[in-house]
Amino acid sequence: MLSAIYYFVVGFIVLNAIIGMVTYVTLLERKFAARMQSRIGPYRVGPHGLLQPIADALKLMMKEDVVPQAADRPVYNLAPLVFLIPCMLIFATLPFAPGLGVADLNIGILFFLAVSSMEIVGLFMAGWGSNNKYALLSVMRAVNQIISYDLPFVFAALVPVVLTGSLRLSDIAAAQPDFWRWFIFYPVLGQLAFIFYIVTTLAAENRVPFDILEAESELIAGFRVEYSGMKFALIQLGEYAHVIGTSFLGALLFLGAWGGPGPASLGPLWFLLKAMAVFLLVTWIRWSFVRIRVDQILAISWKFLLPATLFLLMATAVVVAAKGPMSV
Amino acid sequence: MGYGGAERLTMNMGPQHPSSHGVFRAILTLEGETVVAVDAVIGYLHRCHEKLSETLTYTQYPSIASKTDYVAAMTSELAYVRAAEAIGKIDVPKRAQYLRVIAAELQRVASHCLWLGTWCLDMGGALGGGATVFLYCIREREDVLDLFESLTGARLLYGLHQVGGVRYDIPEGWAKKCRATVDKIDGRIDEFEAMLESNAFFLARTQGVGVASRELAQEVGISGPLLRGSGVNYDIRRAEPYSSYEDFDFKVPVEAAGDCFARYRVRMVEFRESIKIVRQALDGLPAGPISSRPGVKSVGQVRIPKGEAYARVEGARGEVGCYLIADGSAKPYRMKWRGASFSNLAILPHIIPGHKVADVVAIMGSVDPVFGEVDR
Repeated sequence: MLSAIYYFVVGFIVLNAIIGMVTYVTLLERKFAARMQSRIGPYRVGPHGLLQPIADALKLMMKEDVVPQAADRPVYNLAPLVFLIPCMLIFATLPFAPGLGVADLNIGILFFLAVSSMEIVGLFMAGWGSNNKYALLSVMRAVNQIISYDLPFVFAALVPVVLTGSLRLSDIAAAQPDFWRWFIFYPVLGQLAFIFYIVTTLAAENRVPFDILEAESELIAGFRVEYSGMKFALIQLGEYAHVIGTSFLGALLFLGAWGGPGPASLGPLWFLLKAMAVFLLVTWIRWSFVRIRVDQILAISWKFLLPATLFLLMATAVVVAAKGPMSV
Repeated sequence: MGYGGAERLTMNMGPQHPSSHGVFRAILTLEGETVVAVDAVIGYLHRCHEKLSETLTYTQYPSIASKTDYVAAMTSELAYVRAAEAIGKIDVPKRAQYLRVIAAELQRVASHCLWLGTWCLDMGGALGGGATVFLYCIREREDVLDLFESLTGARLLYGLHQVGGVRYDIPEGWAKKCRATVDKIDGRIDEFEAMLESNAFFLARTQGVGVASRELAQEVGISGPLLRGSGVNYDIRRAEPYSSYEDFDFKVPVEAAGDCFARYRVRMVEFRESIKIVRQALDGLPAGPISSRPGVKSVGQVRIPKGEAYARVEGARGEVGCYLIADGSAKPYRMKWRGASFSNLAILPHIIPGHKVADVVAIMGSVDPVFGEVDR
């Protein structure tokens, strides 16, 4: 009973922290993109636009919630939640510092990967329930893309797992105790895995150049074209939560998680900074590339990324078999 | 066009769509993601320009003519006044001709800036790299518009041209500012090229997409960068020089491939050639009057004798022609526009089928239509 209350409280705190972070990560992205585009970005609401995310959230809450007449109402209404829940659940196994997290499962990364690919159900419901041709095309693409990119994503993320010899996320973090032992510095394997991780992350997060489901210049807003108000906000929240989740996972798998100079209590801060660095890397790519076409996306995945990551994983396994896993 | 078949989906793209470049409606018939047929529907921006011109005098209409192609407003003004001058056999002083060339070429730069930006926006999305290119391009276009503003007082619809010459001479210091601006843009074009052509995704989206063969291009009657991108070496500035274009040394870029990338290359070279012409015109700008007629005092001042003429200029999008019939009064009897965008748009149903939905917007962007000019 006591542990149930404990988990409830911790989960509640983490959930709200994530929601708070999502709102401010949007501001970070907007500021970053603005600088890339020789603009200033949000500046009017609060000093340096610091209150902009709150204004945005308030605006979305006050917007009229429009449900198209032809929509499949139960599916349409349920979709944002079905989409949001997996995106939030991925934080459940993520440790933010040794012992600081909701649940440090022994199959943590497996849970993370499995749950994060469940968002496709919500996406599909949103696109199908909207009863809109643009949304339908968008989810057709979504199913294609997510199926093709989940495998390379999992393979890339499994490289550190094989190197560590454990599926527990805190073990993977503990296997990278100091700077030069971060997995990104592991000769050849680490760098390749990191690159593949970033590329497949872009696809899994539906960001440019792989944002064919949103594709606002062709499909307007894709699967969420009919959503407005709070339902739109929930979808947006889910998307950003997913982005942040994969950024944290990237920082944990490759950048030594909470390791850094200073006392151990600074760990979560280092972790956050590293996750934001990964996030900004993804954002940087997003704001510099043009979108590629759906058939090209599939070709890249099946003809290149899948064999390459599979080969990388096998190479890692061979190395580990020869040298033994990194000591935990 | 048959819309039937259980495997087919009819999708309405436009008239309100992020990539319709105005108000264009394309009725796409899809098989999965592949477009099998496209019906183009136009006319949403019709403003009765040709009828309107019969009610406005030769001094009034040039400012209105700029509203046909509002992205390159200088072009249609020039076509109109050239038609009137051809009927009335009115001379244009050399200085005015050079000023017209400077305006036309700066306008081409400004127009191509907007084309590159919006085209990348079509391919890269408003929430991606496309938006970045778009904002860079708009920054450059704004610089050119600043020049136009200090020349004419307006940023969009200028009214610079008048029958017999131009309305405004360049103000003091303008030539220096103009040189500085084109130098800056010249450098920025290198940046755009570096940013786009070394980007594998950009190449993947443009090369081999929307191929218009030389024969098709000539059959349909497209003009401008599209025609030159299909391997036809034809530029009115070269074929039939007007406004002293024979004085300037410039290249006419021609690409053989006929795809989106070829059109892009043609326009990128045109950027540089236009800048070259602007520099030459500023260097060789002769002294003298800017108009062979007295300044405009009343709207009915210019009377064109009875007659008819067709005048055409090479605009940023292709051949912009104006057919004018004068009856001796201060207003034209009849007028007809040949809009470059209108004729270029006719290529779409030929080159879109067989491509994916994503390519539709890429091809449409590479055609660079301005719907003010299509519908008039």
